[in-house]
Amino acid sequence: MESVIKTEKLTKRFGHFIAANELTFDVNKGEIFGFLGANGAGKTTAMRMLCGLLKPSSGKATIAGFDVYTETEKIKRNIGYMSQRFSLYDNLTVTENIRFYAGIYGMRIKQIKTKTQELLKELQLEKEAKTLVSDLPLGWKQKLAFSVSVVHDPSIVFLDEPTGGVDPVTRRQFWDLIYFAADKGVTVFVTTHYMDEAEYCNRVSIMVDGVIAAMDSPAHLKQQFGYSNMEDVFYELARKAKRKGD
Amino acid sequence: MRTLLFLLDKEFRQLLRNKQLLRTLIIAPMIQLILLPLAADYSVKNISIAVVDNDHSTFSQKLIYKITASGHFKLTGYTNSYPQALSMVEQEKADLVLQIPTDFEKNLVTENQAKLYIAINAIEGTKANLGGAYLASIIRDFNSDISVKWQTPATSDVPQVTVASSNWYNPYLNYNLYMVPAILVTLVTAMAAMQSAFNIVEEKEKGTIEQINVTPIKKYIFIIGKLVPFLVLGIVIFTMGLILARVLYGVVPVGSLFVLYGSLILYMFAMLGLGLLISTYSGTQQQAMSLAFFFINIFNMLSGIFTPVDSMPGWAKTIVETFPPSHFIKIMRLVVLKGSSFSDISYHLVAITIIAVVFNTWAIINYRKTA
Amino acid sequence: MRQLIIFVKKEFLHVFRDRKTLLMLFGLPIAQIVLFGFALSTEIKNSKITIVDYSKDVVTTNLIQKIGASNYFNIERSLKSATDLQADFKKGISKMAVIFPENFGSDLIHTGKATVQVIADASDPNLATTITNYVTQIINDFNAQLSANSAQPMQIMAEIQMLYNPELRGAPNFVPGVMALVLMLVCTMMTSVAIVKEKELGTMEVLLVSPFKPIYIIISKLTPYLIISVMNLFIILFLSAVFLDLQVKGSLLLLVFGSILFILTSLSIGLYLSIGAKTQQAAMGLALMGMMLPTMLLTGFLFPIENMPIVMQWLSNAVPSRWYFLIIKKVMLKGLGFKAVWKEILILGSMSVFLFAISLRKFKIRLE
Repeated sequence: MESVIKTEKLTKRFGHFIAANELTFDVNKGEIFGFLGANGAGKTTAMRMLCGLLKPSSGKATIAGFDVYTETEKIKRNIGYMSQRFSLYDNLTVTENIRFYAGIYGMRIKQIKTKTQELLKELQLEKEAKTLVSDLPLGWKQKLAFSVSVVHDPSIVFLDEPTGGVDPVTRRQFWDLIYFAADKGVTVFVTTHYMDEAEYCNRVSIMVDGVIAAMDSPAHLKQQFGYSNMEDVFYELARKAKRKGD
Repeated sequence: MRTLLFLLDKEFRQLLRNKQLLRTLIIAPMIQLILLPLAADYSVKNISIAVVDNDHSTFSQKLIYKITASGHFKLTGYTNSYPQALSMVEQEKADLVLQIPTDFEKNLVTENQAKLYIAINAIEGTKANLGGAYLASIIRDFNSDISVKWQTPATSDVPQVTVASSNWYNPYLNYNLYMVPAILVTLVTAMAAMQSAFNIVEEKEKGTIEQINVTPIKKYIFIIGKLVPFLVLGIVIFTMGLILARVLYGVVPVGSLFVLYGSLILYMFAMLGLGLLISTYSGTQQQAMSLAFFFINIFNMLSGIFTPVDSMPGWAKTIVETFPPSHFIKIMRLVVLKGSSFSDISYHLVAITIIAVVFNTWAIINYRKTA
Repeated sequence: MRQLIIFVKKEFLHVFRDRKTLLMLFGLPIAQIVLFGFALSTEIKNSKITIVDYSKDVVTTNLIQKIGASNYFNIERSLKSATDLQADFKKGISKMAVIFPENFGSDLIHTGKATVQVIADASDPNLATTITNYVTQIINDFNAQLSANSAQPMQIMAEIQMLYNPELRGAPNFVPGVMALVLMLVCTMMTSVAIVKEKELGTMEVLLVSPFKPIYIIISKLTPYLIISVMNLFIILFLSAVFLDLQVKGSLLLLVFGSILFILTSLSIGLYLSIGAKTQQAAMGLALMGMMLPTMLLTGFLFPIENMPIVMQWLSNAVPSRWYFLIIKKVMLKGLGFKAVWKEILILGSMSVFLFAISLRKFKIRLE
């Protein structure tokens, strides 16, 4: 199993405040890795370092083999990212959004055309090809955003709380897409607050007060802590936290 | 490079789709161009004058006639009482008061000397200057009219210097020719500096900028992608402005369009640079607007559109030299009215270039540090 | 009532916590008053001129010296020949050329007449007229000197007195205008954008669903800007008095009263504009087009209203700042009392009441 994300004592300090403290972990290729933690635990900071958005204060990390200090441009080319709030441009159509992101990542015009057709078919959005994104229901937007984030076939995709605000059925469908991508070999690094989604992951890590308090498969964690669901595991770890809230 | 093209494609689509904004961006300048020259008419007519005539002589009548016949003045008051005339000035019903004292004619004939008293409402600066100047020259004319009739050989041999004056480049003293080129500048200025700042800050405020940061789009490509649409928009508005100026005001540039557009593009770089700089200091659109507005208001007032730069104190002149608009306005007036060439305006072009480089570099340094 | 105070407090916090905008809200008026008060002037002086002296005799040297000594001119260039004139004009180096032909002095003595040629760059017609006049004045003074010996008949001497602003300073002309502009700006533009921002964020909806009356919401939104504007007013008056030597000649109370009326009117306009605008950018655009432009044009401080086409003169009556400008001029600069400004006060008062009423109505309608 090759690891696509490797970190060693990755740390980020803001003045005296240590947001992320000596994080050390590996994520394997094709894994669905859940990154959990309460608000303020340091999840977002950690993820931003991995995406090349934030320079670490100390420690080492490589993403898809590229160093986070010196090769951020290469990292960006090889990852996908779906942000919590917005990945898509509201005032562009579905097709235009796909074309924009595909083009940004260097795909050729012909490739873009075929890929667009593919995506539209997969998501059953053929009829909405020329619709403005702002007119789509939230669930479709999210699915589209995910597909757009992997349009260039990256090796890793980072998802920052991707399923906020939609009904359980839509969330399930969204996770189908994630599985599909993982099967194709894309590594999925996802943060979420929904504990049932934690169950869908291959492995899960829980951050508390800037450190990783636990990391293993959901099954092992439940066994280790003696609970039947991830929610209770999470609760036990998180309530010991000293830091509160974002 | 390819990424830039895709970026520009997206930016243009977004811009063209925002119909409310487009309308404002294009219609507002046009309205400005139509209304401003109509309003900005400093030509000297309709100066209201109140005359206090304590003499009621032939001379006083002649003088008053001469004043009203000049076309510059409107006689709004004719009274015996100076206080009454003064109150007209208070009530904004008169700009000047001319007081003809008693025995004006008698003194002139018997003592060879007489006085006239003029009071000018000096709050209205331009009117004070020009009203006073015109009145003085009318009085001078009147003086030589009447004294010619009384000339004796002894008194007519005094050597006199005469002045032959001519007006170049604007022989009909058409105020529009002077104002319209400057107004064209204001049209694109606000748009370039403000809108570009807004556009960038909007993405910051909404959060979409984060998405851009994760992609391989390089920072400078992002910046170029944001600014180019406004460069194009600026050129479009300028062109529309030129056409309107010709159609409505008969303003036809004497100089070459090539020089005009070349200067315009250089100017846009400077102002877009300013917009970019403003965006790096603003977190919200409100802040961007406040900052941009601060500068634009100062540019509008101090750049020599309405008041002469030469009359400013030295320190103010130096500050004005750092404003791109003051240079571009000079360029516009030089090229449109006199047909100046690139070499004639080189001083101003160089100034704009230096300022543009400073703004853009500063902005880019800032940009690198933050986002 | 208590509810209202709670709301107003919250709004205050919003405004005063935004340091950058706050800087602008106070900084802008201050900077503008100081800058414009000191720098702007319609007086024409230091105009750069060019001299071409083909004669170079005693008379021309004398005349040139007189011209150079005058405050109105800076002799920028002395050219050998008039053929270079065009180049100077085209570069914008010179505003006027004074040309003395050959044998000027001897012509004057022997034939009794000599002509000096004055060429003005009439790009700016008023400047050209004024400086031509200045030069003519100097020449005429010279002529008067020449004829001082022989008794010239009929000399009219004009004594000129400058009222209200004897030194012809720019400040009295511009400060009132800037006052009106700045107050209007803060009240209209800032207010409308602030309200629309709340709409954009979505928090406006939350307020509207609450049991609090809409009028409380409106008043609380407008109050911080009202207070800021009044503070600005006093800062401007203070600065003008201290730095620009421009005191309030008339009743301060009357001036403040008139100002508050104007502020209320502008706030109402800001409110009205905010109702229609969907985005902050649109709000700003509307405020600029709908308020700023008419204010600059039609208030009367930049351009004389009487010179405008009748339609525009007519329109200017609907612009609140026009009336406020009159109040400032009459009360602050001329020191007049209520009798002189009752008309303007009445108009402003009715405008503010009317505008506030229709804005309130429109706002309420929007809710339904």
